[in-house]
Amino acid sequence: MALSQADVLAGIKEIVEEVAGIPAAKIELDKNFTDDLEVDSLSMVEVVVACEERFGVKIPDEKVTELATVGDAVNFIVNAAA
Amino acid sequence: MSERRVVVTGLGATTPLGADVDTTWKALLAGQSGVRLLTEDWRELLPVHFAARVATEPADQMERVEMRRLDRSEQFALVASREAWKDAGSPDDIDKERLGVVIASGIGGVITLLDQFVNLNEKGARGVSPHTVPMLMPNGPAANVGLELKAKAGVHTPVSACASGAEAIGYAYEMIKNNRADIIVTGGVEAAIHQLPMAGFAAMKALSTRNDAPQRASRPYDLDRDGFVLGEGGGVLILEEYESAKARGAKIYCEVAGQGLTSDGYHIAAPDPDGEGVQRAIKFALHASGLSTKDIVHLNAHATSTPAGDVAEANALRKALGADADHVAVSATKSMTGHLLGGAGAIESVFIVKALQERLAPPTINIENLDPAVTIDVVRDTPRQLPAGDIAALNDSFGFGGHNVVLAFKSL
Repeated sequence: MALSQADVLAGIKEIVEEVAGIPAAKIELDKNFTDDLEVDSLSMVEVVVACEERFGVKIPDEKVTELATVGDAVNFIVNAAA
Repeated sequence: MSERRVVVTGLGATTPLGADVDTTWKALLAGQSGVRLLTEDWRELLPVHFAARVATEPADQMERVEMRRLDRSEQFALVASREAWKDAGSPDDIDKERLGVVIASGIGGVITLLDQFVNLNEKGARGVSPHTVPMLMPNGPAANVGLELKAKAGVHTPVSACASGAEAIGYAYEMIKNNRADIIVTGGVEAAIHQLPMAGFAAMKALSTRNDAPQRASRPYDLDRDGFVLGEGGGVLILEEYESAKARGAKIYCEVAGQGLTSDGYHIAAPDPDGEGVQRAIKFALHASGLSTKDIVHLNAHATSTPAGDVAEANALRKALGADADHVAVSATKSMTGHLLGGAGAIESVFIVKALQERLAPPTINIENLDPAVTIDVVRDTPRQLPAGDIAALNDSFGFGGHNVVLAFKSL
């Protein structure tokens, strides 16, 4: 099932807000999870698992470290779901 | 250098009687019970249908995002520590290398452990929270408070079942006494109201099964007592070295004068009927604090409302205090709060500090027929005035495993 970039971004915003308490308005494509949003390593695991459940994709552990920004995650999920 | 003295400069609590120290203390003096019927369906699995939940949920006292990565016991620790820190005047500019935390728990994050086991079985390993280990470790409450305050003198968690909270305060006292720190956030918490620990305690026949009258179930020293009532929550004290507390103009409640620690070497759960270990702990505490039995006017007893424990303790108190036990007002506050396990010695120490401050010993409720085997002076139903002048009080706590802790407090 194809997912639009906008849908995935909206979903990630909800997840990051739920998990880490970052206001959705601050979560943009160019934001770095660690440096800009201060999502720590444990919370990042929660974000990944929640994304997998929500978007029906698999995000392998070795890929997680490559997802530095919100945009990286959006692109990975859109491609994985295509 | 003269000997270092240790004083109490802040108090915090979240208990079945109130969201903080003031509301808890007022309810305690009024003789209210914090015991309620459980509302969960799982109570039907158990022979016991009631417990003493905190009066105010942590959800009403902290942010949702913060809560979700904390076990309930850690939430209690942060709530009580924030109140205590504020009560101590929020001394944020102290040297963090001289600031420590000693907060105990009897069981640790048992609810997290059991919830995550359900997640594992239902969703697989991927469904287990990455926060599981930091949430279930018994040192989690102390560690989270230490992180919040950036404490660097040491963060510790003594574990001795139901004596844990008192042992933590004693450990904190020693840290200041021995010049490892100048200020310590110390106490105990417990969050174990869950079907599994309750089933375990029930299997030991340790819990009251008075389902038709839950608020009358915790009845220390009453002839018809049939077990303890499980409670939850916690208490925190700020202990401080006397000279530095004075130097910063802190409000000083009283002095932690000394402690006595012993073990029974008798049985894993049953109390030694002679209470020999308890007697020695009292003697050690008096000796360490330079007090005599004549100085003691109040004692907050462990008295959990079990048939064997209450009498063994009362006998030990009578033997250790001798004729002077006649002028010791003994309060069994678990009759109102239930038994907070690792939090018990901590909230009861908070109560002692308040008792010394207001010169009032809180009551013991639910004694309809005093057990004739109890020959100590129990404060019943209404608070009792304590004398003016220099006074001292003891808190005794015991834990499965045969742990005995006695803390001595005195007015300043």
